[in-house]
Amino acid sequence: MSEQFVEKLKTGIEGFDLIAEGGLAKGRTTLVSGTAGSGKTVFAAQFLAEGIRKFGEPGVFVTFEETPEDIRRNVSSLGWDVAAWEAAGQWAFVDASPQLGEDTVFSGSYDLGALLARIEHAVNKVSAQRVAMDSLGAVFSRFGDTAIVRHELFRVASALRKMGVTSVMTAERNREYGDVARYGVEEFVADNVIILRNVLDSEKRRRTVEVLKFRGTSHQKGEFPFTILTERGIVVIPLSAIELKQRSSNVRITSGNPALDQMCGGGFFRDSILLVSGATGTGKTLMVTEFVAGGVRNDERCLLFAFEESREQLFRNAVGWGVDFERFEEEGRLKVVCEYPEVTSLEDRLISMKAAIHAFKPNRVAVDSLSALERVSTIRGFREFVISLTSFIKHQEIAGLFTNTTPTLLGGESVTEAHISTLTDSIILLRYVEMYGEMRRGLTVLKMRGSQHDKDIREFSIDSDGMHIGKPFRNVGGILAGNPVRVDPGEIERLSGLFQGPDRI
Amino acid sequence: MNKYTLKLYVTGQTTRSQSAVANLRRTCEAALPGQYDLTIVDVLENPQLAEDNKILATPTLVRESPHPTRRIIGDLSDENKVLFGLGLRQNEEVALL
Repeated sequence: MSEQFVEKLKTGIEGFDLIAEGGLAKGRTTLVSGTAGSGKTVFAAQFLAEGIRKFGEPGVFVTFEETPEDIRRNVSSLGWDVAAWEAAGQWAFVDASPQLGEDTVFSGSYDLGALLARIEHAVNKVSAQRVAMDSLGAVFSRFGDTAIVRHELFRVASALRKMGVTSVMTAERNREYGDVARYGVEEFVADNVIILRNVLDSEKRRRTVEVLKFRGTSHQKGEFPFTILTERGIVVIPLSAIELKQRSSNVRITSGNPALDQMCGGGFFRDSILLVSGATGTGKTLMVTEFVAGGVRNDERCLLFAFEESREQLFRNAVGWGVDFERFEEEGRLKVVCEYPEVTSLEDRLISMKAAIHAFKPNRVAVDSLSALERVSTIRGFREFVISLTSFIKHQEIAGLFTNTTPTLLGGESVTEAHISTLTDSIILLRYVEMYGEMRRGLTVLKMRGSQHDKDIREFSIDSDGMHIGKPFRNVGGILAGNPVRVDPGEIERLSGLFQGPDRI
Repeated sequence: MNKYTLKLYVTGQTTRSQSAVANLRRTCEAALPGQYDLTIVDVLENPQLAEDNKILATPTLVRESPHPTRRIIGDLSDENKVLFGLGLRQNEEVALL
């Protein structure tokens, strides 16, 4: 293998350069392949648009399928004014779209010399550094002889390379998982291949991008979810590309409840992620409310995402526990974002949550509940969302508190728990405990990374002042498993005696 | 003004370009003596003309008049197809040969 150094060109497409580890191979052609509706044209157009907007690099768009007018109109919904760029000499079209109403007859051999001449002409005219060609399949279907077309496109690719232009060619695929592209186009642009997918998974559409190969240079492997947003175009969500490099802090912050702080060994860590898990009605929203109130009392800014209750319900509950959210918001210390999980896809949700965190710059973020988002996504999509959100929050070095609703009243574990438990620094479990025909509530700190913590399962009560944590359940076992069993106090004495030092004997 | 306005787009002075020009002249002289105007456009010298007229392949012969516009792509070596393309032969059977 040659040790040739491949220079990369940043595309400017959000998140893409991270998974492409720097961008596309500079001065080369990259094939972007995908099924109908996978976002190929947007990718091609955005490659040029970001070049102009972010790097001042002019581009040429060669269109084989849609007319320039169609493209101008379609991308205007993404907020790009192509006509203005054309007027400024930064964007040029080579219109190779089919001319309707014109008969064409073939007689003898031909090549695509005129196409090449036009591309070269356009590149020179705007001093283009980027070229996008969309999409090759249309050329093949127009000219019957695929061997000629393949050869001619290869000639175009080499000419672009000679001109030092970085280019993207799009091609169609028949199936999401199959041949790279139709007509064997990958044979002449085999060095760099990107695949866009739009897969139907559990009745949900899921867009992903995969760098299949980059010859002579590195890239992230596998599929990464992406979304197409108005004003921003393609936004790739680079999950595993996110580095685990956040610093950890020893500064403690209050949970909002002094007794809970004590159980946690002096409060939560400032840049930690906490998971509060419990069945419905065990007091999760109360913990969120106290977490927010505790922050505001210490002059911190709090951002609360609520996906289970309406704003009114949430505010009324808080008042019931002696906390005035309305005043907090008026003072600008709190922002409450209330939405139904079904309003948007999880990919878009992640991006809007990140944007809200960027805009409000909170010290604390609470999500009530994370598990409510589970139902709008596939299991895999949800896992990626959780990973991405937690790493983003950790990067901001702020505290995050997520709640999780367990599916069963007594004990139980949920998908959320399984996916998030290893990512969180602390886990607090809230459980119902049935004793003598009465439901009581129990709380325990299951995990507290980097700190000592109380291992008891303590009973707590809720009144108009909030949560009151009391004594440990001493004569009950099996609470976490969901089937509390009364244990004879004599047995507890005997068991603790087993672990006492010899001085007692 | 002649009835037929023809434009032939070629890429440089290649063998294929030259044979297209020769083939076209021969066909036209036989079928349309004195009734046609022929312009030869080298797309390497005039890429903008190729752009304006949306030419992709070379050689391409465009019959600009009479309307409607018709295109014949190739080195024009098949006389029957050229005649069909120019609208001088209606029989598609022959053209498909």
